[in-house]
Amino acid sequence: MPEAPPTAAQFAAIQRGPEFAELRRRQRGVVCPAAALVLGWYLGYLLLAAFAHDLMSHRVSGRVTVGVALGLLQLASTMLVTLGYLHYAGTRLDPLVTAVRRAAYHGAGWPAAQR
Amino acid sequence: MTAHLGAAPATGPASATGPVLANIAVFAVFVAAALAVLYRAAGRTRSAPENPAPSGLALTGEYLCATTLLGIAGAIALGGQDGFLYAVGLLAGWLLYLLLVAEPVRNTGRTAGDVLARRMRHRQVRAASAAAAMVVSVCYLLAQVAGAGGLVALLLGVQHRAAQSVVIAVTGLAMVGCVLAGGIRGNARVQAVKAAGVLLCAGSLAVFLLGKFGFSLSALLAGAADGNALGDRLVEPAAAPGGSALARLDLVSLGLALALGTAGLPHLVARPRPKPGGTTQDGTTQDSTTQDSTTQDGTTPGGALARRSMAWATAILCGFFLATFVIGYGASAMVGSAAIEAAPGGGNSAVPLLARRVGGTVLFGLACAVAFAAILALFARIIRGASRTFAREVYAGIACRGSAEPAAEARVARLTALFAGLLAVCGGVALSGHNLALLVSLAFAFSASATLSTLLYSLFWPRFTPTGALCGCYGGLLSCLLLTIFSPVVSGAPASALPGADFSWFPLTNPALVSVPLSFLCGALGSVLGSGRGGAPHRQAELEVRALTGLGA
Repeated sequence: MPEAPPTAAQFAAIQRGPEFAELRRRQRGVVCPAAALVLGWYLGYLLLAAFAHDLMSHRVSGRVTVGVALGLLQLASTMLVTLGYLHYAGTRLDPLVTAVRRAAYHGAGWPAAQR
Repeated sequence: MTAHLGAAPATGPASATGPVLANIAVFAVFVAAALAVLYRAAGRTRSAPENPAPSGLALTGEYLCATTLLGIAGAIALGGQDGFLYAVGLLAGWLLYLLLVAEPVRNTGRTAGDVLARRMRHRQVRAASAAAAMVVSVCYLLAQVAGAGGLVALLLGVQHRAAQSVVIAVTGLAMVGCVLAGGIRGNARVQAVKAAGVLLCAGSLAVFLLGKFGFSLSALLAGAADGNALGDRLVEPAAAPGGSALARLDLVSLGLALALGTAGLPHLVARPRPKPGGTTQDGTTQDSTTQDSTTQDGTTPGGALARRSMAWATAILCGFFLATFVIGYGASAMVGSAAIEAAPGGGNSAVPLLARRVGGTVLFGLACAVAFAAILALFARIIRGASRTFAREVYAGIACRGSAEPAAEARVARLTALFAGLLAVCGGVALSGHNLALLVSLAFAFSASATLSTLLYSLFWPRFTPTGALCGCYGGLLSCLLLTIFSPVVSGAPASALPGADFSWFPLTNPALVSVPLSFLCGALGSVLGSGRGGAPHRQAELEVRALTGLGA
């Protein structure tokens, strides 16, 4: 049955716990660099497209230019980053979430209904 | 970029769109069929799709619109590789949404606005958030009106700019009336079905084109160059003439808006919604969707399903943008840039004209009908969502101080929807000279300026205060609005709303480069210098724990 959400005090207690600190550290440790990388890679493409005319116009093969190739590469990299992050979240982050929930049950006294 | 990518000429050589009566007849038949399909999809059940693929489709359907397809393909057909930037930017935005925002939003509410509401139970902040959402939505809506009206103008073969405006206005009013009468609902299933329809059309066109050019990228690009006035320069950046340094900066601003605007979009609902699954003896969750108590993945019920939906949505998006790439260049190859520019709507007509070249009047009517129905579905979704939120937060929250009658609130919501729709019609008529993707990117600029800073600060900065939220939201919103009004979008260029006047001292068509940093600055200063209550640490704790673990969802 659905349980009541934790109270404000319980939330604060959970946040102070070591399991949550570990989860937050691990999550920030992957999400922030990943977002920075994505933004950087994209900004790189953007700035090249805006200002590096000669480089982006260079023919790679036939009529395909560096610009076209990089654009299509952005498509591929998007899929790769998505799959990579979702896999990481599923295998490395979810067990930590389980640990936090366990600690909440045993330590912070939540959920109250099942005690 | 705007002057060359999609400006509709006031007069020009007669467009080759064929007999008007036949076009309209075919279009009417297909539109009726498409709307019937959507109507059935909406009415069947109240719950959202629960399998990953349809759920991913629903996500895509909300994020993309047919106007995006029309606009991007048109931009590529006329201006070359620069047009593909829209696609790359939208994908980057989707990734940033996925990494930073999607799971927290899913765990704390439905949309980005809920995150802020959970962090600050502060009426004015929530009202500001709703007002910002309304502005973003009106921008998005006016792009939809311009798109749908442009399609009808194309079918009717209307060349003169004034007559086009009338057609767009009438179409827009019909759309508003249709939505207010309750004829079209924009729920998740509708979005999924609509996305499937658009994808099917775009995918088929793309596969046909690839086959025609022997599945060779080089051959496709060569064909595109032959059909284009820019010739071989099509695949280079800044292919269109008039590429000053400021115009390149405009490109950067546009790119920033696309990438940063996704995260705060008010109508993106994180799916699937968590369902109550109960907690087993040792505190892990019993995932009700997998019906298997041994799969203790520890996330909220449906967490694994949500991940698979996101993976599907990303794959669909990548495939979609690949299709727009092929269709854009293919349109240049098969229709030619001259014919596209001469047609009503300019670059925005590239895809229907290509459909006509490939499959005659039938495919022309079908393509227009699918696009029209898709536009209408998203229009309904956005206008409903924005007006309900506005009525709830501004009317019920501020004017009635939290105690409004449901009937009165519903009435206000309808009035708001009507007003927003009328605004969108006016805006759509005024800005119909622009490329549709450009109009959508304006909406993204507003989203990035008004909601991104408050969203990120709420999630990641403990010292964020309500004063900071108000400063960041209004600072970004007002600066974006002012800069847009004084930009070439509104005056001073052939495609702008008022081509005769020129009060545009801001040189960029997209203000994101200025307004987004300003919004972050205002938010930070407002928090640090303002006298607001110190940020309510227990709410920050609650938000953070919910966001990362889904506890209490």
